[in-house]
Amino acid sequence: MVKKIKESWSSRLGVILAVAGSAVGLGNFLRFPGQAAEYGGGAFMLAYFISFIIIGLPICWAEWTMGRMGGQGGFNSTPGIFNYITRIPAFKYIGIIGVLIPVIIYMYYVYIEAWCLGYAVNFLVSDMSFSAVSESSDFWGGFIGVGENGSALGFGLKQVGFYLILVFILNFILIYRGLSKGIELFCKFAMPTLAVIAVIILIRVLTLGTPNPEMPDRNVSNGLGFMWNPVKNVVEVQDESGNWVKDHEIVDQSTLDATIAAAERSETTRVTHITVIQQLMNPQLWLAAAGQIFFSLSVGFGVIITYSSYLTKKDDVILSGLAAASANEFFEVGLGGLITLPAAVTFLGVAGVAGMGTFGLGFNVLPMVFANMPFGGVFGALFFFLLFLAAVTSSLSMLQPGIAFLEEALKINRKQSVVLLGMITVVGCGFVVYFSEGVKALDTMDFWVGTFLIFVLSTVQIIIFGWILGIEKGFELAHAGSAIRIPRIFKFIMKYVSPLFLIVVFAMWIATNVFGLNFQTGKAEYSDYIRDLFIEPNTVAWLTICLIGAVAALFAFIAYLNPDYRKLTKKD
Amino acid sequence: MTSSGWIIMALSVGSVSALLAWCVYKVFTVPEESEHVHGFEQEPPDVQESTGRTSQIRRRTRR
Repeated sequence: MVKKIKESWSSRLGVILAVAGSAVGLGNFLRFPGQAAEYGGGAFMLAYFISFIIIGLPICWAEWTMGRMGGQGGFNSTPGIFNYITRIPAFKYIGIIGVLIPVIIYMYYVYIEAWCLGYAVNFLVSDMSFSAVSESSDFWGGFIGVGENGSALGFGLKQVGFYLILVFILNFILIYRGLSKGIELFCKFAMPTLAVIAVIILIRVLTLGTPNPEMPDRNVSNGLGFMWNPVKNVVEVQDESGNWVKDHEIVDQSTLDATIAAAERSETTRVTHITVIQQLMNPQLWLAAAGQIFFSLSVGFGVIITYSSYLTKKDDVILSGLAAASANEFFEVGLGGLITLPAAVTFLGVAGVAGMGTFGLGFNVLPMVFANMPFGGVFGALFFFLLFLAAVTSSLSMLQPGIAFLEEALKINRKQSVVLLGMITVVGCGFVVYFSEGVKALDTMDFWVGTFLIFVLSTVQIIIFGWILGIEKGFELAHAGSAIRIPRIFKFIMKYVSPLFLIVVFAMWIATNVFGLNFQTGKAEYSDYIRDLFIEPNTVAWLTICLIGAVAALFAFIAYLNPDYRKLTKKD
Repeated sequence: MTSSGWIIMALSVGSVSALLAWCVYKVFTVPEESEHVHGFEQEPPDVQESTGRTSQIRRRTRR
């Protein structure tokens, strides 16, 4: 079957910016710095760059290549592309994962996007002066309705409802306009704007110095040290039962020298140095680094494969894939790594920032930091507008696979497809916003779809590329029209190393996040996600699983009905 | 921050910046859709079927 491609990108730069926009999101500015600091800058970055080379780039190139190949056959969504490439009918159902992931993630991502817009507006027009993190935390709780189900549905300036409607409409207007006039045009303006705002905030953060002379250890240099120091210097104290427990971490050389001198005179205090090698021996560091690369590059989301299916057969995929990945890395390491934690440590110190998760850092700690900064209202508004822009470019990409699938499988036009997907996502998003207590619905979706299924899809993709399509043919296809060549070593990496590494990381992820195994202590306890389903059943968690299952069943039924998917078998 | 921290930061930020700069340079200097390294165009099987090229390829292979 040869089907005419109806839509396409208008330029190579456009598709690169669209893919980079899809990859650059909240994780670049909030998740990455937290992970790097927790696992020690140097060791984490080593594992991070290795993961970039052996899973990030290979899966990225495989997705770009398979997407373009599927697009030449007239397919723009993963069920059709997988079916077309493998000629194995079961793969159209496995391909459903590539539509399910972005659609489900969109349901909660747009909610977080609305938080960012709401915070930007509030910093600009209202009083956001917080004197403690607990105050900004209370504001966040009230803003998103974390205390009670249904309480997020307000439409005041300090409630999320109005912003949610606004961003929902914005997303669907842009997606309705199509690839080149909607997504591409928006990303062409949004990505440079994002970079300019990030550089402005970076300059502000790096020139903060020591804002409070009474607390000289709270300065930019120590903030950078907390993020980047390769050797972790931990002060431990002896408790009543004689065990050494971690007290705090030291990041600057002078304090370290003084503390070591003091510890030599004390019997209950000691300073331990955790070297890069020791940190690299921790499997959880590798899991964190691989996970960060994985989620940051948007591989395994079903987005890149759909975007690249709109390329022509002569369009380059290798340089475009590398350029989009490198843009994401620049935003993550070069900008995110220098902004978030240094700013937070400068105002709150290392102890006030350590152990904060993505939401804690972004919506509890940073608002308090901006509130205490000169011209904090302006910089707070700019920072959250930056996060908002990054989120919009990502959420747009989450809609396109669903649009493409419905258009392709139901033989409907873009307008009808947008309306249908709009109805599905309104129901899902409404569900997430209503069940806001403890962000339970959001958290459950993020774990099972936004993490678990992404591992599954990535593994499937690299196996299709390396083993079913075949690495030789895959490389031939990748190099058609290419501006640069993939080094030959990547044949071995993409066929053997990437799938193996991915499977090992996936197994470790299941061991730690599902069965709660701690590799350092050896203790295991079922995670909250398992407890919510099987040990202490939680109604909201089960309803969320039912919603995900219903959407998956709907998509599978649509794929089953489509005659084009059924036509293709190995005989073809 | 310790001196090793400065080195790690400079290496990390420098390497991603250099990679991006190189990619930007290549994207803006290599002309679009004319950069064929191989001189062949891999067709998806269906396109080959529709243009009759598959049968020609098969015949050549048999020889």
